[in-house]
Amino acid sequence: METVNGVVVENLVVRYGDVTAVDHASFTAPAAKVTVILGPNGAGKTSTIEVCEGFRKAASGHVSVLGLDPSAGHRDLTGRMGVMLQGGGVYPSARVRDVIAHFCALHDRGMDAHNLVERVGLAHRAGATWRRLSGGEQQRVSLALALAARPDIAFLDEPTSGVDTDGRDIIRAVVRQLADDGCTVVLASHELAEAERIADNVVLFRSGRVIASGQLQDLLQRRGTVGFSSSSALDAVALSAHLGHGVNPRGGGRFEVDAPGTTHLVSMLTGWLADNGHPLDSLDAGTETLEDAYRRLTGAGS
Amino acid sequence: MRRVLVQFRAETMLVVRNGEQLLLTLAIPVMLLTFFSLVDVLPSGTQDPEDFLLPGVIALAVMSTAMVSLGIATGFERSYSVLKRLGATPLTRGELVAAKALSVAVVEVLQVAVLVPLGLLLGWEPGGGNIALVVPAVVLGTAAFTGIGLALAGNLRGEINLAAQNGLYLVLLLLGGMVIPVSSLPAPLRTVAELLPSSALADVVRDALTGAGTRPGASWVVLAVWAAAAPAVAARTFRWD
Repeated sequence: METVNGVVVENLVVRYGDVTAVDHASFTAPAAKVTVILGPNGAGKTSTIEVCEGFRKAASGHVSVLGLDPSAGHRDLTGRMGVMLQGGGVYPSARVRDVIAHFCALHDRGMDAHNLVERVGLAHRAGATWRRLSGGEQQRVSLALALAARPDIAFLDEPTSGVDTDGRDIIRAVVRQLADDGCTVVLASHELAEAERIADNVVLFRSGRVIASGQLQDLLQRRGTVGFSSSSALDAVALSAHLGHGVNPRGGGRFEVDAPGTTHLVSMLTGWLADNGHPLDSLDAGTETLEDAYRRLTGAGS
Repeated sequence: MRRVLVQFRAETMLVVRNGEQLLLTLAIPVMLLTFFSLVDVLPSGTQDPEDFLLPGVIALAVMSTAMVSLGIATGFERSYSVLKRLGATPLTRGELVAAKALSVAVVEVLQVAVLVPLGLLLGWEPGGGNIALVVPAVVLGTAAFTGIGLALAGNLRGEINLAAQNGLYLVLLLLGGMVIPVSSLPAPLRTVAELLPSSALADVVRDALTGAGTRPGASWVVLAVWAAAAPAVAARTFRWD
């Protein structure tokens, strides 16, 4: 089946004076999916999103959002777009219920404000002013403002930054529901573990360039090794002889077996540890994490 | 129109909730009018100080609301990315400006509704001018001061804008013929003062209410120039984020 794209970015270049923030970036964000734009601070994520939102002009390249040019078609886009800024966007003396009701009312097909306050888990803080909210609560208000439009496309910049565990659970659930309801979600983050939990698609940025993009499962490879943590006093030579593969100490009780993590190998490893009275504190086998993929693709940590 | 009213409601709620803005727009004009009407220490050149003061204080009220209050609020909205956030909604720039203008107009009506009865209570007697001219004077003054306030707010950072608006407010209050007659200023300063929007507004309002304007023809011209130029500068230079 042909994939319908909510966002298409082709050869995008964004410059601030002599500095090139985004350097010929190209990627797509499929409709009704969560696409996470990942990368360290200053990688060009926010600049890219701001061009997609119509807030910033591209030096060159082509961007299409829901089939519209976000700059020339900004007016048409605003009624269908939800935006969560990286920070702020609310007057400090505004109350939660008032600011959410205000943004819902600005949209022709806006959400019901009362339901929206409950959806982001802030019913108990509805009467509080923005300045009295914690960082995580402010993030949830910002998310609510992005949902006010009942959007077809949502741009969320670092939505879980500074948010506690409960808040993250709520934000993840809201984002997933948004995509399930047919909204294209484009989310910028520098948190790899968070992205892995929420992404259908991933775009990896580094120094303004896209180094990889695609479906999350396509980016993650099976590991060629098995990593585990145990006692530092473990006899790596004896274990290597038992497994028939090299075992390399990595320091701090971390070890790496030079073989893919088959069920048989893992069974042999755990059996040997148990027979020799060693603990198993952690085990990394099977498919790599997004962090591993990021390190592999960027060469970081190698 | 619906979005203008939605935004107007939000703007007005923020003004009402913001104590220091109400102090600036209402309490200071009321205090100045009351104090200097009862304590006749200003060189007003009139038998009754309230005849000089009331028009000046109405001009001051317009300046407080249209320039300082609006300018400071807008400057902070810029700093807090509120304007950027609104830019992602269907609210257009024109609708935002219309909502702010409506909010300023409502506060100005409230100010006049408080200051005129207070002036009457303190002994001001209307007459000698064409009261209907107060309306175009206030409209032109609002345009001029809104332009100045937004030009500062759209180019300076939040705290610097706050300081600049308050500093300008003080300068225009002292040199603008609102509570101190321009005629009592030293000659070189007087020439500068006569070109200020505050003195022009105070003079035409004074002429409309009491027929005691010092140079109403020139003041209307000065005010009209400021009303055209300041918003044009603001529109050209305003940065939204």
